[in-house]
Amino acid sequence: MKIAEKEVRYVAELANLSLSEAEVHKFQADLDEILGHVERLNEIDTTGVEPMAQVLYGSGDAASDLEMLRADQERPPLGTDVALANAPQSGGGYFKAPRVIER
Amino acid sequence: MNLRSLTIGQVRDGLLARRFSAVELTQESLRFAEAENPATNAYLRLSPERALNAAARVDEKIARGDDPGPLGGVPVAVKDVILTKGLRTTCGSKLLADYVPPYDATAIARIEGAGAVILGKTNCDEFAMGSSNENSAFGPVRNPLAPDRVPGGSSGGSAAAVAQGTAVVALGSDTGGSIRQPASFCGVVGVTPTYGRVSRYGLTAFASSLDHIGPLARRVRDAALLLQTMAGRDPLDATSAEAPVPDYTQSMDGNVRGLKLGLPREYLKDLTSESGDLIAAGVATLRKLGCEVHEIGLPATDYAIGCYYIIATAEASSNLARYDGVRYTFRSESSGTLSDMYRHTRGEGFGAECKRRIMLGTYVLSHGYYDAYYLKAQKVRALVARDFARAFSEVDAIVAPVSPFPAFKLGEKIDDPLAMYLSDIYTITGSLAGIPCMSVPCGNTAEGLPVGMQILAKHFDEPTMFRLADAFERARAN
Repeated sequence: MKIAEKEVRYVAELANLSLSEAEVHKFQADLDEILGHVERLNEIDTTGVEPMAQVLYGSGDAASDLEMLRADQERPPLGTDVALANAPQSGGGYFKAPRVIER
Repeated sequence: MNLRSLTIGQVRDGLLARRFSAVELTQESLRFAEAENPATNAYLRLSPERALNAAARVDEKIARGDDPGPLGGVPVAVKDVILTKGLRTTCGSKLLADYVPPYDATAIARIEGAGAVILGKTNCDEFAMGSSNENSAFGPVRNPLAPDRVPGGSSGGSAAAVAQGTAVVALGSDTGGSIRQPASFCGVVGVTPTYGRVSRYGLTAFASSLDHIGPLARRVRDAALLLQTMAGRDPLDATSAEAPVPDYTQSMDGNVRGLKLGLPREYLKDLTSESGDLIAAGVATLRKLGCEVHEIGLPATDYAIGCYYIIATAEASSNLARYDGVRYTFRSESSGTLSDMYRHTRGEGFGAECKRRIMLGTYVLSHGYYDAYYLKAQKVRALVARDFARAFSEVDAIVAPVSPFPAFKLGEKIDDPLAMYLSDIYTITGSLAGIPCMSVPCGNTAEGLPVGMQILAKHFDEPTMFRLADAFERARAN
């Protein structure tokens, strides 16, 4: 096994996902199979290859990348009411969430 | 007017000749979509009010003697991952079942500005993750040509809507083949433009370095016209390209004599099925049109699936972190503490495929694995892109299959995620390189299932891709 059950539970914790026992076992088997396939990447020599984080069309130099940024000018924002409209719970102009610190 | 074969050109001619009004066409299309939908589940919801308002504006323009715009009165279906202000956008997810976007995607603003009539939002795999449209929280889509089969995914609803004729054209999104594969399965044209050609502003993020918006249509010309209105720099998306947008239809002159085409040997070695025979016949047609066909090598192909499923899931695990029960409509009932709210909202809200990809993406980014998986995959991605750069120094375009097989049966592959991932092999390479690629109908199997041929070109060379696809479409029509 490439991935132990303990690791599956740890990764679910990192991802803030509650999983059922059945899901833990299913994902362990699925991830194991997928990671087995992914192992093949080790066969290919990538010595001296720069990692490609983004599609670049030509030069890729920093100066032309900066040109891609728009001017830093004020624009009217959505507004608080609009931004909160999809919140499951809001009040007083804020998103509401369960208490973080117990008194 | 025959809705099943209507083109953008016919809509324009009909409106300008006053054979029908935009409102009449919209009413007829909405009626047709409503009647057809129980059979396919292609639309998640129709938007009659928005559509009829847009159509009325087009009719007013025509009455005043003004030009109705390049898409004036054209009924368009929109994949439900693209934000429409005031019109519910669910991404095929229970998590966003009630989400009403506060703004329009740039692509939406541009097509509506060009006179398009948005009929409704189409079904898709949850957050565009899937190759069969079976991962929608609102039920699968059925292939309009074979109701026991999938339409492909993830833009299955958009492909089905165009194939059945309820919309003239549609918008889809493509991360690893989600426009081209359903286009192939439904017998329509599907285009993934150069990365950055169309703004991603308002496209719900799945894998940001791979996501595209693109058109689906019944004709190559219509796909080109739809892309034309959406393409170009958008200050709201820093990855949208500055490169000028050429007139795509100008290149479509039917002349492809002397064009050098590459046939990747890695793509054809395992393709022994009927799909392979149809692609071979398609290549023979292109030869007859005067194209020179050369065998080429894309040696990193064997590693593309592994590379893609690391990068795409890593980016997805990060992008989907925002669905935490605070801002986006759904919050679990079991939200006693902050941590419970996060875990249960996501555990109850996401479907199986999204969870699987979040898990894989979180794993490959986690401490101790980053170099072995994510960094390695980014280097392999560079090799895939290098393969294409080398090929395009020798050929003008590449011709390839879209999928190893035609539309499969509902339920046939859903229990084997790796097999489903592996079937994306021919579309994923172009996505990783960010080059323009499209699927154009190539013929039907003995059972009557459509098969698409893929055409790939170099960055921003949509004109050559469209020229070749259009010439091929004309040759097949004769």
